[in-house]
Amino acid sequence: MPPRARGSFRVMPGFGLSLGFTVFYLSLIVLIPLSAVFFKTFTMTWEAFWNAVTSDRVMASYRLTFGASLIAAALNVLFGGIVAWVLVRYRFPGKRIIDAMVDLPFALPTAVAGIALTALYSTNGWIGRYLEPLGIKVAFTPLGVVVALTFIGLPFVVRTVQPVLEDVERELEEAAASLGANPWQTFARVIFPTILPALLTGFALAFARATGEFGSVIFIAGNMPMVSEITPLFIITKLEQYDYAGATAIAVVMLLASFLMLLTINMLQAWTRKRGQPEKI
Amino acid sequence: MSAVATPVAASSSRIEPAYAPSGISEPFWVKALLVTVALAFMTLFLFVPLVAVFFEAFKKGWEVYLTSITEPDAISAIKLTLIAAGISVPLNLVFGVAASWAIAKFDFRGKSLLLTLIDLPFSVSPVISGLIYVLLFGAQGWFGEWLQAHDIKILFAVPGIVLATIFITFPFVARELIPLMQSQGSEEEEAALVLGASGFRTFWHVTLPNIKWGLLYGVILCNARAMGEFGAVSVVSGHIRGQTNTIPLQVEILYNEYNFAAAFAIASLLAFLALVTLALKSFIEWRLHHATSQPDQE
Repeated sequence: MPPRARGSFRVMPGFGLSLGFTVFYLSLIVLIPLSAVFFKTFTMTWEAFWNAVTSDRVMASYRLTFGASLIAAALNVLFGGIVAWVLVRYRFPGKRIIDAMVDLPFALPTAVAGIALTALYSTNGWIGRYLEPLGIKVAFTPLGVVVALTFIGLPFVVRTVQPVLEDVERELEEAAASLGANPWQTFARVIFPTILPALLTGFALAFARATGEFGSVIFIAGNMPMVSEITPLFIITKLEQYDYAGATAIAVVMLLASFLMLLTINMLQAWTRKRGQPEKI
Repeated sequence: MSAVATPVAASSSRIEPAYAPSGISEPFWVKALLVTVALAFMTLFLFVPLVAVFFEAFKKGWEVYLTSITEPDAISAIKLTLIAAGISVPLNLVFGVAASWAIAKFDFRGKSLLLTLIDLPFSVSPVISGLIYVLLFGAQGWFGEWLQAHDIKILFAVPGIVLATIFITFPFVARELIPLMQSQGSEEEEAALVLGASGFRTFWHVTLPNIKWGLLYGVILCNARAMGEFGAVSVVSGHIRGQTNTIPLQVEILYNEYNFAAAFAIASLLAFLALVTLALKSFIEWRLHHATSQPDQE
């Protein structure tokens, strides 16, 4: 942010009003309600808390949620990276539409995505019927969870890598080529190091989003306890059994995980910005 | 800016690379392969599901489609969705303008903390966003007894749904406006103020015209999420047919009843909304790009 003239403090009006309202509204809508989660867990004994967050069923749900999110985020790094590359560097028919469609998972409600993917991958669906003879079952298995999470994480990698790739200086590539590097060497030694922080940021964003995802997953997952039950669904199951404390304890674990990811993402983004700037010699 | 959220307007500054000398450009077959892989991935994961929604919706013909979206439960779900979005979007719009004014026009301590806190709802699972309102307003919650004593219903009623929607869509407008206003600086406002305009007049005639496209961008994304939210609303709604079902919840109920045609018919309304959102978004990105590349033209 550019340094601002001290004088603007005197000239610009509305500081108290705008900041006051911002902090008031933030507290009312976000901070106070969110603090309820932590206060609720303080009413539990440590033992009860520990039992609630480490039961066999919830451990299985962590493994599925975090495992499937990791796989989905990795798939998005690979294919999202290719999509970003193709959109920035090549010309082909329909490019503009493809570019606009990348954001579909942000705009399409998760429940709609969920039923559409389930219809496609169930045994008589458009895609499922071709996978069935191969012995691959997607709908109502953990594989279905990966498919749904890949869908919702798709824009993150593309949209973080795209601007960085646009800023890669062509001069550097030309310099590498004139020094005798082949295209692959130029990519591996010049371009890839530049976009690596953005790829990692996109990975972390997609992963963070996937761990909390609910709507698109529950339709395709089958939701069998110990097998295809994600953690957010288990929280709802606990709530429906009126085990508020148990639900809240698991929610706290998930919240702490997301705060940790938030911290990681902030650090990665700072790194991306540093890498993105041309180094001064 | 930080956090788990919509990366913004990434595509707005598209610069076609100059034709590369053959020494550094990859062979044709590599290009063809990469484009094919990208198109195949996009088709499989984006286009096919989208087409499937409309295909399933119209599978049994127009008549079934029209009855599905005009039956009373569907109409009441549409109404509730419009109410939830109609309340949460304007509130978060006002908040977004206030927050971006405070953050972009002034320097103060704890600004980066404030930015992180504003993004917080993006990094909370929708299910947990719903859970917090159960803890506050549920029968065993902080305000549960008081609400029961005064016969006020929040949870499993419309107010709970509205509150959860406000929480989920909280950062959308703010995070579009803050970077935009920061990049614009305060010179124009200062000039207006020095020339004697009141604070409100300055905002209305100087700031607002400068941020209108960014504002609209945020509102459109905010609205799409408000109308499509499922997880958080599902926790607080109670799923009472014709009363506390939004469109996404109605989709779920119909789908679980194996009434696929009706579920996809109502889902197609949301898919259509998503397409309109994407089209408007592309248009505004083009406008924003246009505005930044030609700053002197009105």
